[in-house]
Amino acid sequence: MSALRIWAMVLRYWYLLRRSIPRLLDLFYWPAVNVVLWGFLSQFLASNSSFVAKAGGVLLAGMFLWDVMFRSQLGVSVGFLEEVWSRNLGHMFVSPLRAHEWLASLMIVSIFRTFLGLAPAVLIAMVMYHFSLFDLGLPLAGFLANLMIMGWWLALLIVAAIMRYGQGAENLAWAAAFVLSPISAIYYPVAVLPGWLQYVALALPGAHVFEGMRGVMVDHVFRPGLLMNAAALNLVYLALSGLVFLWAFANARKRGALLQLGE
Amino acid sequence: MLPNILHESTQKIITVEALTKNFGAEAAVDGISFTVAEGSVTGLLGGNGAGKTTTIAMLLGLLIPTSGSITVLGADMVRHRHRALPFMNFASPYIDLPHRLTVTENLAVYAGLYLVDQPRQRIAELAEALDFIPLLQRDYGSLSAGQKTRVALAKALINRPRLLLLDEPTASLDPDSADRIRLYLQEYAHTTGATMLIASHNMIEVERLCGDLLIMRRGHIVDRGTPQGLIERYGRQTLEEVFLDIARAEPIVPDESRARL
Repeated sequence: MSALRIWAMVLRYWYLLRRSIPRLLDLFYWPAVNVVLWGFLSQFLASNSSFVAKAGGVLLAGMFLWDVMFRSQLGVSVGFLEEVWSRNLGHMFVSPLRAHEWLASLMIVSIFRTFLGLAPAVLIAMVMYHFSLFDLGLPLAGFLANLMIMGWWLALLIVAAIMRYGQGAENLAWAAAFVLSPISAIYYPVAVLPGWLQYVALALPGAHVFEGMRGVMVDHVFRPGLLMNAAALNLVYLALSGLVFLWAFANARKRGALLQLGE
Repeated sequence: MLPNILHESTQKIITVEALTKNFGAEAAVDGISFTVAEGSVTGLLGGNGAGKTTTIAMLLGLLIPTSGSITVLGADMVRHRHRALPFMNFASPYIDLPHRLTVTENLAVYAGLYLVDQPRQRIAELAEALDFIPLLQRDYGSLSAGQKTRVALAKALINRPRLLLLDEPTASLDPDSADRIRLYLQEYAHTTGATMLIASHNMIEVERLCGDLLIMRRGHIVDRGTPQGLIERYGRQTLEEVFLDIARAEPIVPDESRARL
């Protein structure tokens, strides 16, 4: 693995981002709109719901953390789509760039995009609603890391699907996170879900993260076990999605899809 | 014209054996074998659908063959292509560079991927040699087709490749620009000893650049030889007439006169 090649690809995405006002606005726009929406809703519910009143900001924290997962996933999958849209995959993969170096660059860019995009929203929440995500304390680092990784493995599956099924599958980049959101227990406990669906939810790292987040915010207890569960699940899913990606990449080389994608 | 050094060198840069690529039931490339000697400039000719692009994609490792073997610069391109890729490069008008990056940014990214020493100096050299200094700060997407061809060629030369694969290297260029590019390629091959494999429909270009020609038809290599040798063998005046003979009908070529593929 070459750090210099990874850096070259990071620069490639930075060049694209810094000169594109629509892409920069896209980074900031949705988190900012979301925080305003969920902030007002939280204020309303705080005076009408004992659960929200007990833990001010629990909805906003859920929104922020889920957005971390979503932005992390978008950072990787849209980075891949940028190459498809510019029909650059052929040039990339006749260079010495290896698939895992490219993925590493996409992950680095996704971290940068996520935090750049969320920073203004975090400030808005502080100023308008007196809510600071940093009140979660040290566990916040664990929550963020797990959700970033969840975003990456989800993105790998999406990229694999696009390589296998073509650009018809590109909507997955935006839709996949929404499919997972109801069963990730972002805004309500896992116990609210029907019994069988609870098993599905607990098979996802996100549900453990959000249970952990509510533990800190509502019960004022940090449960490391939940974080460990999330980390273990993430490791398994990251490994599996990596294998799926490699299979899809090899399959694309068999079918000549690296030359055809984007046409 | 470049000297034909094919037979002066024994080092094979490319060795292809019984290479086949099937797409479904159809064979795009059907059991071809050939070698390309170090320092030679070889043309890959054939009509649309002859299998040229598929062959080049397999040589680059972008496409995995159905069967057969490809060795490039000593590396098995199916299993160990990353051993050869740093020393190769490729340009095609049919594969783009990112449109929203400037020419300099695009070349800087590829200089980084090939770990080029002093990338700024290399980009400046290529911009001067290929006559696109005024384009360096322009978005790649805003360039004309001919300008893109020159920049794509610069990308292909960024790592000073030992093996250069070119698909239609002067497509979309006006005669003056095309002539400059050919001159540059001739000089590059001559001064560096690089090997080139050029797929082209431009017979003037092929005659001028290539000392050796591989002619493909329907997934097979149907003939091989020097441009002049082929013209004489087919009893024609020009290479274009030879090309038409082969494209339109099965040529009658005495077995003993065929060069070893």
